[in-house]
Amino acid sequence: MTQSVGDSSASATRITPGNALRPEDIAQATRQGAAKASEDVAEYALRLGDDALILAQRLSHWISRAPELEEDVALGNIALDQLGHARSFLSYAGSAWGKSEDDLAYFRREPEFRSAHLFEQPNGDFAATIARQFIVANYQFPLYRELTRSSDPMLAAIAAKAVKEVDYHLDHSTQWVLRLAGGTQESRRRIIAGFKLMWPCVGELFEDDELTARLGDAGVVPSSLRAEFDRGVADVFTEAELDVPASPPATGGGRHGRHSEHMGYLLAEMQVLAREFPGASW
Amino acid sequence: MAQNVQSGGVSTHEQSELDAAGAENFDAIIARDSRIEPRDWMPEAYRRSLVRQISQHAHSEIIGMQPEANWITRAPSLKRKSILMAKVQDEAGHGLYLYSAAETLGTSRDEMMDALVAGKARYSSIFNYPTPTWADMGAIGWMVDGAAICNQVPLCRASYGPYGRAMVRVCKEESFHQRQGFEILLELANGTPEQKEMAQDAVNRWYAPSLMMFGPPDDDSPNSKQSMAWNIKRFSNDELRSRFVGMMVEQVKVLGLTLPDTQIRFNEATKKWDHAPLDWEEFKEVLAGRGPCNAQRLERRRSAHEEGAWVREAATAYAEKQAAKNAQKVAA
Repeated sequence: MTQSVGDSSASATRITPGNALRPEDIAQATRQGAAKASEDVAEYALRLGDDALILAQRLSHWISRAPELEEDVALGNIALDQLGHARSFLSYAGSAWGKSEDDLAYFRREPEFRSAHLFEQPNGDFAATIARQFIVANYQFPLYRELTRSSDPMLAAIAAKAVKEVDYHLDHSTQWVLRLAGGTQESRRRIIAGFKLMWPCVGELFEDDELTARLGDAGVVPSSLRAEFDRGVADVFTEAELDVPASPPATGGGRHGRHSEHMGYLLAEMQVLAREFPGASW
Repeated sequence: MAQNVQSGGVSTHEQSELDAAGAENFDAIIARDSRIEPRDWMPEAYRRSLVRQISQHAHSEIIGMQPEANWITRAPSLKRKSILMAKVQDEAGHGLYLYSAAETLGTSRDEMMDALVAGKARYSSIFNYPTPTWADMGAIGWMVDGAAICNQVPLCRASYGPYGRAMVRVCKEESFHQRQGFEILLELANGTPEQKEMAQDAVNRWYAPSLMMFGPPDDDSPNSKQSMAWNIKRFSNDELRSRFVGMMVEQVKVLGLTLPDTQIRFNEATKKWDHAPLDWEEFKEVLAGRGPCNAQRLERRRSAHEEGAWVREAATAYAEKQAAKNAQKVAA
């Protein structure tokens, strides 16, 4: 990112932490050459963007299928927020390679996606979705909060918008974990099963690698977030009288393009129309 | 309303006097074109008619989420995906305001939802048509939401206050929905030949069903006359249909597409837009449950409702336990 982002010209003034930053602003800034991610920052933004994109794709399936109309709205909201974050991160990542958010979302192959396995896990029942969402929110909230201090101003700006929204996602999923765990026998059985199913994917979120080491102050070291995650989960689990599942961590690999069996179907559905008409405008 | 039943210490005689005063007040409010509010006396038929209309409208929003949700996961760009998600989410919101408006008339959302999933309630029959292509997202926005706006703008002045107020917000959002639909079609119409063909095909398929959204012709619309006398409905079905045709005739030119009707012309004598006769037999068939997607739409709503039952039970049980805990704390 260059100095000009801090200038007082119309769109650039919005690209500061704390102000609303739209994916369109980032796309415009990158097109004008006002924001260009370094190769490492772009790779990092791709990871965060893919996490959010794949989760949005999963969550959006609930719209018109939720247990209550209020949840159609709530899960739709969370999906929309995640999609917004994805568009921002992907637009910025694409600036390093001259690619748009849509080039990256629709025309990469599975091994080129950098999302962790948790995000692509099937929705399952409402409890499994809530378990996944609770883990995601407890991971994303401290991540984005720390990222607001990134030495990369664009990452910091995207995180500043995202953290406020994820704060609400955290509240939403926490409220549901408490309700499902403390509701009926049936709901308790299901939320326990949901966490058991998702828990093997937790470890991958906090794995460091060469990229996160090279990023320095531009990124957030994943392992540095684990203690706060564990505390956040423990607080709610204590109140909900839930045990942290003993499930052993699964081998991840998402950050390096190795995905679960679920990913192929998700991408096939997401990309089908765009690939049917390559080069078309929508 | 149980006008001849003695209840709550009010004698039949006293009750009929109360009703007479209420009826006078109701008639006066209607005569000065003002608003009836939930606590005002209203004729039982007015209440029933409103519950029917508002709940059908709410159900239409909820069932109407399905044909569009069909394309959320396949939307061809992230911007379109984002707009479509927001639109379908708005529809859930519209359903919520409308169920709330109907609840002020004494029918609970649970009762209305049960009637819907039991197949006993109606919803706009347009949502029983399928959305096989992306262009259907454009046609639904432009034509179906466009027809809905023509129908609903006058409802902002409906005599029942909660309904009219709900419609103000609904209409604002619908106008955004219509614009995004138009924009989808415009983009397709100016795209590749295959995209343009997709757009034209969708317009062809949605044209007649969208005209039928205004309901049967005036001489075959049993509820219209009373609804207009009560200031719920402001314009006749045919009047609104004609306005809608006039609107589309202009806009389709901008799209560079055509409407599948060679008989559209402005009739100088009636000052209305004429169009080809519609196939009302098809309308009745779809309304009677024999349309392309009736069973599918209802089954999806029923399964979402039933599969979510344990979640709603959990939320209720949790709330009861919390209330009991709080009561204990207060007592201690």
